Amino acid sequence: MRPMLPQLVIISALAFTAPAVKAQSNTSNTGGDIVARGEYLARVGDCIACHTAPEGQPFAGGRAMQTPFGALYTSNITPDPVTGIGRWTADDFYTTMHTGRFPSGGLLYPAMPFASYTKVTRADSDAIFAYLKSIPPVRQKNRSHDLHFPYDNRELILGWRTLFFREGEFKSDPAKSPEWNRGAYLVDGLGHCGMCHSPINALGGSSQADAFKGGLIPMQNWYAPSLTSNREAGLGDWSLKDITDLLQAGASKRGVVFGPMAEVVHNSLQYLTDEDARAMAVYLKGIAEASPKAPPASSLPGSESSLLISLGKTVYDARCAGCHGVNGEGRPPHWPPLANNQSIDMPSAVNPIRMVLNGGYPPGTRGNPRPYGMPPFAGLLSDNEIAAVVSYIRTSWGNRGMPVSAREANELRAAPLD
Amino acid sequence: MSDVMHRTCAVRPVPRGGRWARACGALTFATVGLLFAIGMPMAPAMAQTAPDTMAARVEACTPCHGNRGEGTSDVYFPRLAGKPSGYLYNQLLAFRSGRRKYPPMNYLLEFLPNAYLQEMADYFADQRPAQPDPAPITVSDDILQRGEALATGGDSAAQVPACASCHGAELTGMEPGIPGLLGLRPNYVSAQLGAWRYGTRTATSPDCMQPVAAKLTEADVTAVAAYLATLPAPENAAPLPKGSYALPFPCGSAPN
Ligand code: HEC
Ligand code: HEC
Ligand code: HEC
Ligand code: HEC
Ligand code: HEC
Repeated sequence: MRPMLPQLVIISALAFTAPAVKAQSNTSNTGGDIVARGEYLARVGDCIACHTAPEGQPFAGGRAMQTPFGALYTSNITPDPVTGIGRWTADDFYTTMHTGRFPSGGLLYPAMPFASYTKVTRADSDAIFAYLKSIPPVRQKNRSHDLHFPYDNRELILGWRTLFFREGEFKSDPAKSPEWNRGAYLVDGLGHCGMCHSPINALGGSSQADAFKGGLIPMQNWYAPSLTSNREAGLGDWSLKDITDLLQAGASKRGVVFGPMAEVVHNSLQYLTDEDARAMAVYLKGIAEASPKAPPASSLPGSESSLLISLGKTVYDARCAGCHGVNGEGRPPHWPPLANNQSIDMPSAVNPIRMVLNGGYPPGTRGNPRPYGMPPFAGLLSDNEIAAVVSYIRTSWGNRGMPVSAREANELRAAPLD
Repeated sequence: MSDVMHRTCAVRPVPRGGRWARACGALTFATVGLLFAIGMPMAPAMAQTAPDTMAARVEACTPCHGNRGEGTSDVYFPRLAGKPSGYLYNQLLAFRSGRRKYPPMNYLLEFLPNAYLQEMADYFADQRPAQPDPAPITVSDDILQRGEALATGGDSAAQVPACASCHGAELTGMEPGIPGLLGLRPNYVSAQLGAWRYGTRTATSPDCMQPVAAKLTEADVTAVAAYLATLPAPENAAPLPKGSYALPFPCGSAPN
């Protein structure tokens, strides 16, 4: 076993900006629509995704979150007084969201994204609480976590907090537009985008400087690309319309969502108002760094990789061109383009390999209720053919990714499908 | 890559923890070419849009189920064509929620809305590709006779009702929720009956297939699966309309 601290600092990681006091939202909580506003904000925070078990009652918890350290089970946050949060006050709730502590003072595991939610304003926290108080109570006892020793000791969370948690509401940047600030508030706060989109340093948390630089999600083996680098999912050269289409509909002319991002769009982002989607888009475009495309650097010997790529072209023309076009132009938005698509040629090849193995449908959303799908090729192609076709799409039509090996393709056959 | 893999970080829920259950590498796809033989215009000068048809929307399904849901050479991949759409819809709901498990399908359906699953079900229910030829007989006459007895008359001593009492005299099923049992391969039928016996497949309560499957012996399963596969397709393989006959006991997935 490795030393305790690195292993302890498990689960979540979000980037933080300096602690702040000023609330971003000016919306007041008077009037009868506080519950409706809370419902909307709970969707932006995607509470339902974690706090609902498959075929379970909404918000009654019990969903397993697998970690390298064992399984965590989410809590019942319905207003049941015995098993849920029915006896909590709005102060208790704000304390939990803001400080990552139970009303008793005990520490929450950072799998609950309080490192992001700490940025949520008191008014928004109160609205979410009002909404949660309004839903049907469900009597369902919380299941105790199943973590290996010593991670079952909550005191160890202190180490993680010291390194990675900065408490404080969102502070707007007066140099930026209100729209940019609204986007920043949503992306850094309720949206908890950094929980997946931050690289994980050796200590298992993300440091502030690495905010939104991308990382592999453990146990799931999906790569959440950098939202700042234009070589990954940085959106610097995307139009605002393509960004809002991607966020709200799950499909755009530039690319589609899949894997864990499909869940985020399905449960959360499709419900964004047009104004909030645009604000997020403005912010995301703003944080993208201009980083020039690096020249391709093949990790395979030259002759081997040219054989691979010619096999790849054969496979591609037979199996893929019907939907994605002989020149990777696709038939956007439903059959996404593979040419000039960052998500194909970014340094990590995990996502394109998994896409070919597992196929997929983008989420059915209000903006795209009848999505088109891609068949899984795991049973149709050998490791070598998968490596070949992925190498081909990563290096053709101006794409400048690196070829991949059959071993990489083979390893990802075992990746979990949910 | 492996050092990246060992990093630790934010972990989102992995509710089912499933893997590619039935080793995907072992799947055979003799009919793979079909999908791509439907000939789409190549290299359009300007970006075209995908055809606005259900056929194009279910292309993710057809390598396994056949272009028109007729099935493929893989003996575990079921025919879908012509089954009652209510039945197919119930199965899609069950795969989406994970109640019925087959990870590649659970994954594909996870974020598709009900109305769209209903459209997919309707699409395959409406297809009428030719029925497969009856399977060559590979078991003894005794076994076939046992299978026929179970299918058409049941076994009152063992309290097994006739399959035909629910699946219809011609075994073509009944709208909306009772599937026909023709055109299915013995391996698939045995696997499904086994899944009910071991509790890995369940249907909406009261799950009437469960007590039936539970009372079958291994030998009965082999016999009835083998017998069903030898039956030729009737002229009209369409399921009977809702309420054509009464079920021996209630089925949650097939309200009468
Ligand atoms: C990424 C998964 C995830 C998301 C998203 C999430 N939670 Fe949680 N939440 C958890 C986990 C795991 C726990 C249990 C933490 C523990 O036991 O230390 C938890 C615990 C809680 C608790 C403590 C309840 C109790 O009595 O144990 C509250 C309150 C809560 N969450 C509210 C919310 C709200 C409100 C949202 C949406 C704004 C939300 N959560 C979104 C994972 C999540
Ligand atoms: C549960 C983990 C998770 C969360 C939370 C998450 N993402 Fe993602 N995201 C991913 C993964 C994995 C991918 C790669 C798959 C893909 O491209 O769809 C991705 C891809 C993306 C892409 C690139 C899509 C493309 O086609 O290039 C954008 C943009 C994005 N996410 C934005 C966001 C924003 C904004 C948020 C917060 C509102 C967010 N993500 C929250 C996991 C996550
Ligand atoms: C039936 C049409 C179809 C065929 C055939 C097909 N795809 Fe796809 N492909 C799609 C659709 C639809 C999506 C979006 C899926 C999603 O979002 O889950 C997609 C997505 C992708 C992506 C991710 C795109 C992105 O924006 O990141 C890659 C990579 C890809 N396909 C590669 C291939 C390769 C390689 C083949 C051949 C081995 C292939 N596809 C065959 C329809 C198809
Ligand atoms: C990788 C192969 C594969 C793909 C792709 C696939 N299926 Fe399936 N499907 C199967 C298998 C195998 C089963 C039987 C699973 C079991 O053992 O219960 C099945 C079962 C079904 C059933 C239940 C049939 C019955 O008679 O009970 C339906 C309905 C279905 N699939 C529809 C679809 C649809 C719609 C799609 C596309 C969205 C799809 N499948 C994609 C392999 C596949
Ligand atoms: C009491 C009514 C009833 C009886 C008797 C009955 N079945 Fe069923 N059967 C059903 C229903 C209802 C379903 C659909 C369940 C669902 O929705 O998943 C079904 C489904 C099936 C399936 C799954 C079909 C598929 O495509 O996956 C098989 C196989 C099957 N039955 C075989 C049999 C056999 C063999 C017998 C006789 C030994 C039998 N059944 C007797 C009601 C019955």
